[in-house]
Amino acid sequence: FFGLVSQGAEIDIVLDGQESRKTAELKLEDGRKERLPLYYDGETVSGKVNILVKKSGTKLEHQGIKIEFVGQIDLYFDRGNRHEFVSMVRELARPGILTQGVCYGFEFVNVEKPYESYSGANVRLRYYLRVTVVKRLSDLVKEQDICVHTLAQYPDLNSSIKMEVGIEDCLHIEFEYNKSKYHLKDVIVGKIFFLLVRIKIRHMEVQIIRRELAGSGPAALNESETLAKFEIMDGAPVRGESIPIRLFLSGYDLTPSMRDVNKKFSVKYYLNLVLVDEEERRYFKQQEITLFRRAEKRRRPIANSYIEQAIFHHRTAQFGQQQQPTTRAQQQQSQATPPLTTPEDAAAAAISPGRHGDANNSAADSPELESGSTHVSPALPAARSAPGIKDVLGEDDDDNY
Amino acid sequence: MSTSTQSAASIQRLQHKRQTLDDAYSPPANFLEIDVCNPETHGVNKDRYTDYEVRMRTNLPVFRLKESSVRRRYSEFEWLRGELERDSKIVVPKLPGKALRLQLPFRGGGDGRFDDEFIEERRRGLEDFINKVTGHPLAQNEKCLHMFLQEQTVDRGYVPGKVRTT
Repeated sequence: FFGLVSQGAEIDIVLDGQESRKTAELKLEDGRKERLPLYYDGETVSGKVNILVKKSGTKLEHQGIKIEFVGQIDLYFDRGNRHEFVSMVRELARPGILTQGVCYGFEFVNVEKPYESYSGANVRLRYYLRVTVVKRLSDLVKEQDICVHTLAQYPDLNSSIKMEVGIEDCLHIEFEYNKSKYHLKDVIVGKIFFLLVRIKIRHMEVQIIRRELAGSGPAALNESETLAKFEIMDGAPVRGESIPIRLFLSGYDLTPSMRDVNKKFSVKYYLNLVLVDEEERRYFKQQEITLFRRAEKRRRPIANSYIEQAIFHHRTAQFGQQQQPTTRAQQQQSQATPPLTTPEDAAAAAISPGRHGDANNSAADSPELESGSTHVSPALPAARSAPGIKDVLGEDDDDNY
Repeated sequence: MSTSTQSAASIQRLQHKRQTLDDAYSPPANFLEIDVCNPETHGVNKDRYTDYEVRMRTNLPVFRLKESSVRRRYSEFEWLRGELERDSKIVVPKLPGKALRLQLPFRGGGDGRFDDEFIEERRRGLEDFINKVTGHPLAQNEKCLHMFLQEQTVDRGYVPGKVRTT
């Protein structure tokens, strides 16, 4: 009953700035993935609603047209339970008659989006715009989803996790992870130290497990999913050996940890250390970690627009060709920049004006500046190629096995 | 994959203690080998039975003897399995089959349960069973297991319990 309705009108929602806005992928209820425009808390959501009367000459009588911005939590197992935590409405048109296509603008200024979009096993949190053309018998409705990310500050206190665990007289290990809070593109650096090994271990692996708790009380549903399995040791260790762990999180489909969102659901992440012995017996230790989303340092719109200007000018100077300036779109995007919340971002923003000052000069001097895409920003530190297996093994010279 | 903005320093390995040469080159602390071998059939005609040598070598401190050799028959393996099912918290692995069909006259062909092939298959199953059970951290300290492996005879009137590490 969403979307196109046969009763003579087509509703289309067009968001402002969609060409330059970042997108994010979200899983729909049926498992398909959808790419949606990305918004942040406090950002204005604006655009246009186009209503087209299908058969020219017919009249569409209505009791009013409105648009709503909704943020809601759906618990899959409790169909009636849809909790709206954000709900704003704008009236687009008073009751009247439509004879041809019409276009209304809308603007939800600095609308609050307190939680991140989440699509899970038993619960979903989504934000969407809903246009309703009220009619006597049945309304025409069109929805458009957006995706929301919440950014967090780098925590002040981020202690490492270090613990000794085992089975009395059979297996004693000490595990250590360098932090307790990791951002989504972080690296888990750790080590496993063997204190006592009286069982025959065949291999050891680290897993990332997501546990989703939906609902509350006796009806609450717990759903665990193993998102990653990463072997860190093959063979039998002995006492005194240390096995390193280096796990890059950017390779996995992770969300930030969510604690009791609107008192409806939680999403927690665990590192699971698993040892397997010769008889397939498994020994494991789960440890909760906190994941958070950090503001991205690259592709800063302000810096990019300066770089693009410099390159644009350089091109026209050298080749004398007219090129579509991308600068205006870049400047629009810079006004929609997500709020910079981390101290590092503030510092980086302070540094970048100086840096793209240099880019301006070198653009004028050397034709070799842009090799490749125009999104290369000298403000980026030298990119580190994604390490493969060889970076995990054989880095030290004191490997004992 | 995505280009990382981490510096090399932030993903360096954690500091670890160097392993001593002693630890690196001494025999592993998990040495445990049990062989079920040398099947022998005793007695004549209807009162025949087969037993096997259960030979164990280990350096696990929980076992009193570092080397032992005893002779056990199938019914004693069954007894052990029953004791472990009752007393230990583990899922006890299965024993090889009871060969009831082979004990019926004229069925199974050959010598029935004294057939070489059957004995070999059973020997293998018993060896798998005893190794699995003895290597299990939660069954390793059961008195019934220690008596089975290291005492010359199995005393079914023993007092069940756990062995404390020597």
